Amino acid sequence: MQTLPDLLPALPEIVLACAGMALLMIGVFRGEGSLRLVSWLAVAALVVVGVLLVQGPAERAVTFSGLFVSDAFGIFAKLLIVTASALSIILSMNYLEREQLARFEYPVLLVFATLGMLAMVSANNLISLYIGLELQSLSLYVVAAFRRDVAKSSEAGLKYFVLGALSSGLLLYGASLVYGFTGTTSFDRLAVMFAGGATPPLGVIVGMVFVAAGLAFKISAVPFHMWTPDVYEGAPTSVTAFFAVAPKVAAMSLFIRVLTEPFGHLLPQWQQVIWFCSLASMIIGALAAIQQTNIKRLMAYSSIGHIGYALVGLAAGSQEGVRGVLIYLAIYLAMNVGTFAIILSMRQQGRMVERISDLAGLSKSHPLMAFAMAMFMFSMAGVPPLAGFFGKFYVFMSAIQAGLYGLAILGVLTSVASCYYYLRIIKVMYFDDLVEPLERPGRAAALVMTGTALFIFPVFYLFAEPLLSGAGAAAAALFHG
Amino acid sequence: MEIGLSHYLTVAAMLFTLGVFGIFLNRKNVIIILMSIELILLAVNINLVAFSAFLGDLVGQIFTMFILTVAAAEAAIGLAILVVYFRNRGTIAVEDINMMKG
Repeated sequence: MQTLPDLLPALPEIVLACAGMALLMIGVFRGEGSLRLVSWLAVAALVVVGVLLVQGPAERAVTFSGLFVSDAFGIFAKLLIVTASALSIILSMNYLEREQLARFEYPVLLVFATLGMLAMVSANNLISLYIGLELQSLSLYVVAAFRRDVAKSSEAGLKYFVLGALSSGLLLYGASLVYGFTGTTSFDRLAVMFAGGATPPLGVIVGMVFVAAGLAFKISAVPFHMWTPDVYEGAPTSVTAFFAVAPKVAAMSLFIRVLTEPFGHLLPQWQQVIWFCSLASMIIGALAAIQQTNIKRLMAYSSIGHIGYALVGLAAGSQEGVRGVLIYLAIYLAMNVGTFAIILSMRQQGRMVERISDLAGLSKSHPLMAFAMAMFMFSMAGVPPLAGFFGKFYVFMSAIQAGLYGLAILGVLTSVASCYYYLRIIKVMYFDDLVEPLERPGRAAALVMTGTALFIFPVFYLFAEPLLSGAGAAAAALFHG
Repeated sequence: MEIGLSHYLTVAAMLFTLGVFGIFLNRKNVIIILMSIELILLAVNINLVAFSAFLGDLVGQIFTMFILTVAAAEAAIGLAILVVYFRNRGTIAVEDINMMKG
């Protein structure tokens, strides 16, 4: 007799799915002008999901016939994703209203994208991986083209769609090869199959590389990064703020799970690939950002660089490495949300501006905002007392422990090179003459930038202990044996 | 000559390659890119069904059903974005998608 699967491990996802559908209904029945209500309800739903994640059991539980897994790693990644989504919905409300984009579909789409991210982080099978990834991607294609009367936004949506679909195709082709040469799509059975240490058939390795290439597209690691600057520039700024954080964290977590759980014993086969992606991302991220004049494009290259640093920890392939990546992602989240809160406040005479030179003289017109931005830039560059330094410290330490000396040294060098463009922003803010002051930032944006700025400097030290131990437990869950 | 697994895999690999090249080499029309994407997904489906029949395992066919469903949703969204793009620019030629460098 068929019994109902155990629903408890998937409770946060089920709650979010129901909330998303309810929000859609509320929006449809109330019609125009329901953006604020739907947004705040979406934030409330995300908070509820966060509470369920924290309160829920932390031990590993598998349900839906092995398609879905809930463990400490998933919970840590999901908490980051839910936080990023909630903050970006809060940040977008003002922006959307001022830009005549106040449609309730926006928070609903973000909720469904978040649901897809939670599902993919919990995937324990190639099929559930694909379904989660597509639920996330399909929602994101739509929000990228959300400003449908502006050519740039629809072009961004089109580019994102074409390259995203191509990456799904690569991932699926790899999945089909893995299935064909092993006869299973389950992560657990794949892990058992490769545990012996015997060389797997060539088809499996080719399949694994295709899957890794598909996922590298989603995190915009270097040979597959070309969509990122265009999509970041063209999409509405609130969408860029979302793209820069939540999908990156989700795809990176999925990447970690895929490479360490089913393919964990194939470390010698994939280490070279990740090594190359990591190094190339760090170099392109540091060099290509130098000549950018648009701050959204600059943030695109900056995020490519950060993904490179996070991949250093993955290339180490050890428990310390995964812990380092998770810490890096948490700090990256705080820095990026804060920076985008400032970018979303860059308005002059009722219009959004997005050139770096528009920040000139910010220290005279808005000293606190300039100081917060300077903190974020120093933190991204990895200057010691700030949180960004510790993110880099843990991934480089794990690389050295794994014997990847070259990668660690080159990483430090590119990190120094990337200081140039972060410091350039600070120089523009503090030493260039004020041309046209920015408008006062909205209350939500001001609160978010203050909160994240305080997090990366003093508060981080208070929360360092739970963050480090949480990341440690999450990494240990992946290497359960 | 008997038609075996390797023949199916060869056809799928050829279709996949054609799809990937269709995306990168085509300079004319975005609709052709959408067709190339479908070609890639169908190549994957051929692969999965062939493996499924060869292994005597149903998972591959279930996977195929999921891919078919998602591909339909993906094509709908792709065409919708394309229509929005056409309204803004009045063209869907690939060379004209160049408002942003890159």
